[in-house]
Amino acid sequence: MISAAVMRGIGTLTRTRAAFTAPLAVRCYSHAKVETDEEFDSRWVTYFSKPDLDTWELRKGMNTLIGYDLVPEPKILDSALRACRRLNDLASAIRILEAVKDKSGPHKEIYPYVIQELRPTLQELGISTPEELGIHKV
Amino acid sequence: FVSHNALPTYFLFASFTDCFSPSSKRQTEVRGVAKVEDYTLPAYFDRRESPLPDIKFVQQLSPDQKSLKEKEKGSWAALSKEEKIALYRISFKESFAEMDKGTGEWKSVVAGIFFFIGFTGLVVLWQRNYVYGDVPHTFDPEYKQKEVQRMLDMRINPVEGFSAKWDYENNAWKK
Repeated sequence: MISAAVMRGIGTLTRTRAAFTAPLAVRCYSHAKVETDEEFDSRWVTYFSKPDLDTWELRKGMNTLIGYDLVPEPKILDSALRACRRLNDLASAIRILEAVKDKSGPHKEIYPYVIQELRPTLQELGISTPEELGIHKV
Repeated sequence: FVSHNALPTYFLFASFTDCFSPSSKRQTEVRGVAKVEDYTLPAYFDRRESPLPDIKFVQQLSPDQKSLKEKEKGSWAALSKEEKIALYRISFKESFAEMDKGTGEWKSVVAGIFFFIGFTGLVVLWQRNYVYGDVPHTFDPEYKQKEVQRMLDMRINPVEGFSAKWDYENNAWKK
């Protein structure tokens, strides 16, 4: 019916969809859901928080995470360091810190920030940073 | 997941005699157990993009290292700096700083370039003396003088080039 079509038309106009109001701003990208940063972080925190995580899973998780084009959030690293503690692997914990510094590349301010955020965890677990051990330089 | 940290051991059959007793179910006969090649086993790599390698660097631990590994199970704050470094070195060959450092190979490359350029210079010199004969007579100074005079007489490039620079009144090059 005409009125139904008109009602439907008005209905679509009143809904504030960017596709109708600003056609230039929205491109026709795929409609797949994009994972938000928070979802990504919490997914990885959950991965490393698994109580019976084994060494292979720790290594696989860490190598995959380092493969991404990002520096992991301190909360993900905290979870990974605790996983190292559960596996009694101090060397891997130190290696993870080294990898974070390497991952920051030219952005020298990222690593000190991460260490600052992780300081309580490092103290609690007794992990020394590569700088404290002197292995940060040749 | 099976932990891959243990030294690889391969138990292919439940018992050794199972391999050799013929059974109606077994289709294939067993000829022997293949030797495990080194390249088939997980290897150790120091890589920036893969910070935790498949195996620890040191596979056979000395008694000191074994006791250190036991100590690692306790509180890490109780470990001294040297012990922590020792634990790191058991698991890893080179630290990130060590694996990333340059080799200085470029110096050898540049030195090689200069050396071979120099050597080529010597070859060219020898060639000039022993391979090539004299230059033609047209290079003699007297001939060249006559050639210049001929070019000026012909008014070669009189507007902006060769003859334009010659002062015909005073029979000299223009100042």
